[in-house]
This record gives sequence, C-alpha cells and structure tokens, in this order.
Amino acid sequence: MNTNLPVLIVIIPLMSSFIMPVVGLIRRRYCHILSFIATSAVFILAIMLIKNVTLHGTLSYHLGNWEPPWGIEYVIDNLGAYMAAIIAFIGLSISVYSKKSIEKELNKNLVFYYTLHMLLLTGLLGIVVTGDIFNLYVFLEISSLSAYALIALGEKRQALTASFKYLILGTIAASFILIGIGFLYAVTGTLNMADMSLHLEELYGSRVVHAAAVLIVVGLSIKIALFPLHSWLPNAYTHAPSTVSALIAALMSKVGAYMMIRLLYDVFTINFFIETMPVGEILSWTAAIAIIAGSISAIAQKNIKRMLAYSSISQIGYIVLGIGLANTAGLTGSLLHILNHALMKGCLFLAVGAIIYKTGIKNIGDFNGLGKKMPYTMAFFAIASLSMVGVPPLCGFFSKWYLALGSIEAGRWIFALVILSSSLLNAGYFFRVLEKAYFGEQNKIDKTIAPASMLIPMLVLAAACIVFGILVYMILPYVQYTAISLIQ
Amino acid sequence: MGEKEVESLVARTISRIMIPFIQLFGIYVIVHGETSPGGGFQGGVILGTSMILYGIVYGLSKAKKRVSKKHLIILISLGVLIYSGIGLMDMLSGGKYLQYDSLPLPVDAHETTALSILGVELGIGLTVMSATIILFIYLAGERIGAGMDNW
Repeated sequence: MNTNLPVLIVIIPLMSSFIMPVVGLIRRRYCHILSFIATSAVFILAIMLIKNVTLHGTLSYHLGNWEPPWGIEYVIDNLGAYMAAIIAFIGLSISVYSKKSIEKELNKNLVFYYTLHMLLLTGLLGIVVTGDIFNLYVFLEISSLSAYALIALGEKRQALTASFKYLILGTIAASFILIGIGFLYAVTGTLNMADMSLHLEELYGSRVVHAAAVLIVVGLSIKIALFPLHSWLPNAYTHAPSTVSALIAALMSKVGAYMMIRLLYDVFTINFFIETMPVGEILSWTAAIAIIAGSISAIAQKNIKRMLAYSSISQIGYIVLGIGLANTAGLTGSLLHILNHALMKGCLFLAVGAIIYKTGIKNIGDFNGLGKKMPYTMAFFAIASLSMVGVPPLCGFFSKWYLALGSIEAGRWIFALVILSSSLLNAGYFFRVLEKAYFGEQNKIDKTIAPASMLIPMLVLAAACIVFGILVYMILPYVQYTAISLIQ
Repeated sequence: MGEKEVESLVARTISRIMIPFIQLFGIYVIVHGETSPGGGFQGGVILGTSMILYGIVYGLSKAKKRVSKKHLIILISLGVLIYSGIGLMDMLSGGKYLQYDSLPLPVDAHETTALSILGVELGIGLTVMSATIILFIYLAGERIGAGMDNW
C-alpha cells in the first residue's frame, strides 16, 4: 500500500469519475455518496503522503516499472505532498457542500457535475505528483478541460460565453506551454524533469531554452490569470455554479502557481531565471501591478462573486510576487499564501454560494441586514474576509508578513509598500460588504439558516483560517524547509 | 443528413454492405495494436465511424434506435475501467501500476505483457467508439433540432 501511494492518489479519483455515470444511471443520489467516499479516500492518502515524505524524504514511483529517464516517474517531494494535501482538503470540503447546492442549482446535470468534479481533481492531483514534464501537460489539459465544462454548467447563458472565452485563452496558454516543453525536449532529449534540469545546465546560453522559458512563463501566466492576462477570469468565476467557483478559485490558480514554482525552480533552476534571464524581475513587477490593479478593480464591483474574482487576481499577484523574489522568505510567503488563499477564497465562495442558495442575493447593495438574517454564514464570511485583509491572528497575515519580509530582504521596499497598500484596499472592499451586512438598514427579515451540509464545510474552512493563523508555527518549519530546498 | 434516411438507393445499399467490413477492420486495428500501426484509439474511431455512416445514411432516428444512450454511457466508463483495472490488478499481484508482466497468468512474461496490452487496447477501443457515437448523435441532433431528451 505505502509503496503505491503516489499512483493511488491519481487512480482513485480517476476511476471514481468514470464509475460516476454508471452510478448515476442506477440512482442519482448515490453520486454524492461515491464522490464523498472517493474524496475522503484521497484526503487520507494525501495525509499519508505528507507523513511518508516527512519520514522518508522524496518518494519516487516508476510507472509500469520503467526506469526514470525513459519511463514516467511520479515524484513526491515536500512541495508535492503539501499541494496534494491542499487539493484533497478543498476537494473534500466542496464534495460535502455540493449535495444541497448542486441539487438546487444543476439538478439536471448532477451526474455531469460529479463526474467532472472528480476528473478535475484527477488532473490537479496528477499535476502535483508527476515528475514527467509531458505528463504534467497532459494532466493540465485534463484539469482545464473539466474546468471549462464545469463553468459551462452555470445556470445563465453568460456561463457559456465565459466558458468559451476561458476555453480559447486556456487553449492558447496550453499551446504556449506545449511548444515550450517541445523546445526543451528538442534540446535536452528527455522529458523527466530532474533529468532535464541536469541537461539544461550546459544550455543556459541557448536561444531555444530562452524561447522555451518565455513561452512557458507566458502560458502559465495566462493559466493563473496574472494581471494583464486575466481577462477570462472575472466572467468565468462570476457565472460558474457556486461550488465550481469555489473549486476553481481555490485550486486551479494554485496549481498553476505550483507549476510555475516547479518549472522555474526545479527545471530551469534559480541560476537561469534570475541570473541569465530577468524572469524573476519581470514576474515580481507584474505581480506588484496585479496586486494593486486587482484590488482597485474589486472595489468597483457590484456583484459579490465578481468582487471575489477580482480579489483573486490580486491574491494571485501575491503568490507570483514571492515566486519572482526568489529568496527564502518570499518563497515561504508564496507557499503559505497558496494554502491560505485556497482556504480563504474557498470559504468566501462557499459562503456566497450559501447566500445565493437561501436568498438569491448576488449584489452587494442587497446585503443589508444579512448578518442577522444568516448569522452563521455571514460569520464565516467575515472570518475569511478578515483573514484576506490580513488581520493578525488569522492566517492571511502570516503569508503577507513573509512576503513583505522577502521584499525587504531583496532590497525592494516598494513591494513591501505595495503589500501594505493592497491590504488597505482589501480592507476597503471587504469592510464595505461587512458594513452592509452588519450595520446596514434592516428591513423586516426572517432568520434563515443554510443546511448543515453547507455550513459544515464553511465552518471547517473558517476554522482552518484561524487554526493555520494561530498555530502557524506548526506548519512553518515544513514550509520553510520546502522553500529552502527549492532555492538550493 | 436528417431524421429520415437518404433517398439514394446506391448510398443505402453500399453502406449496408460496407458497414460490417468497416467494423471488422476496426476490430482488426484494435487487436493488432501492439504489433502494427494503429491500436485502441484508431480502431475505436473506425468502429465509431461505422455507426456514424449508418446515422448519416439511414437517418438519426433509426440510429438512435440501434444504440441506446444508457449502453453507450456504460461502455465509455467500462473502457476506462478496464484500462485502470488492469493497472490495479498488476499492482495487486505485486508489481507497479501497469507493470504488465506481473499478472499471474499461466504463460511466460512476454505473452502476459502482450495479453495485457490487448486488454488495455480493448478498453481504449470501447471508450473511443462509444464516445464518438455519442458525440455524433448529440451534435447531429443539435443541428436538426431533435432534442436528446427522447433518446
């Protein structure tokens, strides 16, 4: 069992995703149970992976028993196990939440939804466990294609346009990445990432490698919606069904950021993307612009989901800023923010989903008195938004703290200033919502409570925001160790 | 192409004669996948096209009667499950995932590998065949406005 862990974590969601349509033919209700069992199994496996990685170091698995440079190798190091645990945790929470939400929103497409949900998880988990660069691309496509289809399930017709726009841009991005991988394969003759990195060392002067780096970084920037390339994101997040928004906002961009870290730090290595080419420099400046631009756009939004979408653009900026800084503190901040943003954005989107489920309110203007009307949901929303702003004991504070430390360490005071001002802007748009909800004029309202299956995932995510804030010292050594091993 | 079959007698007769041979060729491509060009995907597509030809010539409503949506959905899943199931069986018999020669069959290692690849190709073929048919019927139905609800 233990030796097969790396592959089981991909196989279980894959198989359950294809059992899903058959189960759907027997009885649609069972789809929910199967999805819950599969995501729980994945979560347990992810925890076992973290345990194994901390005990025995990097795990390597040779698919079909073919030796690594030739066959496909799954490699799970600290970073991979960390990402797998985040994906499994969010996937499980959303699977629990889906039951009521999907029954109401997409009753007709319930089986589709669960199939695609599991397929999306397969792709995301595959990306983080694989050590083969072409396999990485294949899993990226699996997850992206399921994401396009999931967004298109949205109730309104705009969901189709949003999904189509995402499809076009996502495919362009994927082609860039594929061409980049092709170039790398042409000059190194290998697809195994560790092997490729060794061969690349002699080729840092090569134009082909430079072109490959540019193509891959631009492609990934579109995938994670880094500021000037973000145009697909707001509509996609706004018009998707609420569980899908939560799933994609919490996981898709994080896994894109993971790919960026993996390819820049492990394949190209820090010598190349900082010293030979100014990739790190460009990324951190773009990220700084993204942080400010995303926050300012978020302030201008009326629709709550759209506001959260623009806030995601700014939060992605934080993650990329740390990647571009390329020092231990900055990268620690990035890795922490990957976890924290997944928790916070997941919780926020789920809370908004519950509000839409119960009241149908989508505009911030109608939030008046919602704090009394849906006390629990709004409380979780408030915790997650305070964490987004970076109020100290909550988890959002620590990632921003490390990013600011990293900026100062790199001698870039301006980035620390950007982080500070963006926190103020975050406070601006989140407090606007909270002010409406808690202190807004109250008409006569009846108290409604979201179903328990929706409240529990929100509760868990909001509690995680607090726990990972107060007990940050428990995961910090792990994250710092990961960052240090990536930089060396 | 439409709901009804085409009027040309030539088209109907030729396709009635051709369809069995197309299907035979599809199966040939699948089972010879590991030794010659082709394999599960290509063979599956050829099998699927035989049904598409039937749909084009004899009309969509007849094609819908020939294949049931339920069975196609089951076949799509079954194909993938055969593939990953063979991988799982390799793992249970002590090898790595998809390590073909680890299956405890009463033949030598090379033959076990060949048989496992045949199984995998069959799985791919089933999935690809059913997926092409289902995609064709959905897209064609969309064009002539025949909803999928009655299938």
